[in-house]
Amino acid sequence: MTGPVLVLGAAPAVGGWFVDLLAHPFVQHALLAGTAIAALSGLVGYFVVLRGQVFAGDMLSHVAYTGALAALAAGVDLRLGLFAATIGVGVGIGLLGGRAASDDVVIGNAMAWVLGLGVFFLALYTTYRATGNSSANVAVLFGSIFGIGLGAAVTAAVVAVALIAVLLVIARPLLFASLDPAVAAARGVPVRLLGPLFLAVVGATAGEASQAVGALLLAGLLAAPAAAAQRLTDRPWRALALSPVLAVAAMWLGLGLAFAVPTLPPSFTIMAVATAEYLAAVLVTEVRRRVPVRDAVPVPG
Amino acid sequence: MGTDGGLSWHLVDDVRIMLSYHFMLNAVRAGTIVAVVAGAIGYLMVLRRQSFAGHTLAVIGFPGAAGATWLGLATGFGYFGFCVAGALVIAAIPGVGRAGGGPGGLGGYGEESAGIGVVQAFALACGFLFVSLYRGFLSGLNNLLFGTITGITDDQILVLLVAGVGCLVALVALGRPLLFASVDPEVARASGVPVRGVGVAFLVLLGLTTAGTSQITGSLLVFALLVAPAAAAARLTARPVAGIAVSVGLAVLVTWLGEAVAFFSPFPIGFWVTTFGFGAFLLATGYRAAADRASRRPGARVLAGSPT
Repeated sequence: MTGPVLVLGAAPAVGGWFVDLLAHPFVQHALLAGTAIAALSGLVGYFVVLRGQVFAGDMLSHVAYTGALAALAAGVDLRLGLFAATIGVGVGIGLLGGRAASDDVVIGNAMAWVLGLGVFFLALYTTYRATGNSSANVAVLFGSIFGIGLGAAVTAAVVAVALIAVLLVIARPLLFASLDPAVAAARGVPVRLLGPLFLAVVGATAGEASQAVGALLLAGLLAAPAAAAQRLTDRPWRALALSPVLAVAAMWLGLGLAFAVPTLPPSFTIMAVATAEYLAAVLVTEVRRRVPVRDAVPVPG
Repeated sequence: MGTDGGLSWHLVDDVRIMLSYHFMLNAVRAGTIVAVVAGAIGYLMVLRRQSFAGHTLAVIGFPGAAGATWLGLATGFGYFGFCVAGALVIAAIPGVGRAGGGPGGLGGYGEESAGIGVVQAFALACGFLFVSLYRGFLSGLNNLLFGTITGITDDQILVLLVAGVGCLVALVALGRPLLFASVDPEVARASGVPVRGVGVAFLVLLGLTTAGTSQITGSLLVFALLVAPAAAAARLTARPVAGIAVSVGLAVLVTWLGEAVAFFSPFPIGFWVTTFGFGAFLLATGYRAAADRASRRPGARVLAGSPT
């Protein structure tokens, strides 16, 4: 691939660059998988942030790493280990109850050990697999979205759409249970069932997203657009809609940036745009909060 | 390391053989310093429920080291620079400076943890960027993330010792107000303790500790030494000073065991240290559950209760 050059300020050149961008099959695959994964992460991330479970989400992303390396060490398909481990641990934490899911000492200890296990499988993989090399490890840790094939991209998109469907089905009771668990339980919402189910979805999302941005950066894709959306609007449903939009924007901008500047890895550019979104949201809301609203019309009544 | 000498049934001889290698001697020295500091600071981290911040600070060492390697500097500068800067950034996230991490439970608004998560992911992304820019230190990448017991130099031990003593002195200096602010921030604030300032100072201290520890255990596993012995100690005793002592003792034990077993096995130190640490945590949790059950039984309260 010859390094494409982005010429700023010249519309035809940008248009040409854009056509050039979309002509590459690897970019099409990345866009397909990336868009689906980003939309899913944005939706799931909204609930993760709302429920104060970012640390649990972070842990599930580390589980994704360990699961993937265990599958590599065992010589089975990487995604099998990925999803089995993340969904299993997600349900496990969920079953321990709401307290465990946000008890940072329990999660911290479990996470430390999960990472230790990851190192163990890495050692097994690099020692006993003849084809074992560090690049597979790096791909799991940091993702390789430009290296995703057509089949894997379609699978990732289908899985993401299915997970989004599951999430949308449980969205209303989940929102209720997240905002006020006691009242939701009294109204007959199955709070005890929703917790594990939601963490299973988070786990599956971790497995999905680690293919795009890598296991280590997943927490950012979950947290940054969602936290930005929650800062920008107080209304739950509007924030829930805004979060995936911001996540997909981060994905597209990040992919474009990584394509334009080949020395920048896409995982970095995606995270950088997502972080910038969050920073912008913090700045906007802090400025809005501190500057007194001079021409505010008093609300009658 | 398993090729350097097999394990026999004469444990004393084995230890002597292990320590006859200069690199292992250095590893044990460095490990001991790191364990003492991590055990003490980690206890307060657990008490303040700032494990996520601690994990993030630990991870921030990785871009620091990768960036320093890319620029051709000593990795130590990168670790300490990034970890302290990261501590200040995290302290700037609204509400993080206080203990407890705010309403993190169900129904709580997780802005603080979201902010920490963003900091962590961005730091890791930067680390990956530096690694990509540097090109071709893939085996180095694994060592940065997961640590190695080989190749710890005498100079590094000196730096570690200075940083470790500095951290412990600062911890003792902060001592009472920090403990007060951690256990009951409201009352502490009311009685004139600068809770916010103490919180920021503690985060910087945590950053310094993780920076020192990262160089030995790697960025991803520092956290094990910070959280596991401390959490085990917190389940064994409720008294802070005793808790810190138990935490330090467990951390040293876990580190020594991990280093020794890593020396005689083909698996890296990170795996063993986390496994022993997690084991200690599970044992302590089991002990606490059993003790609680025993004390709840009628008539047993006198036996199990009031050891203070």
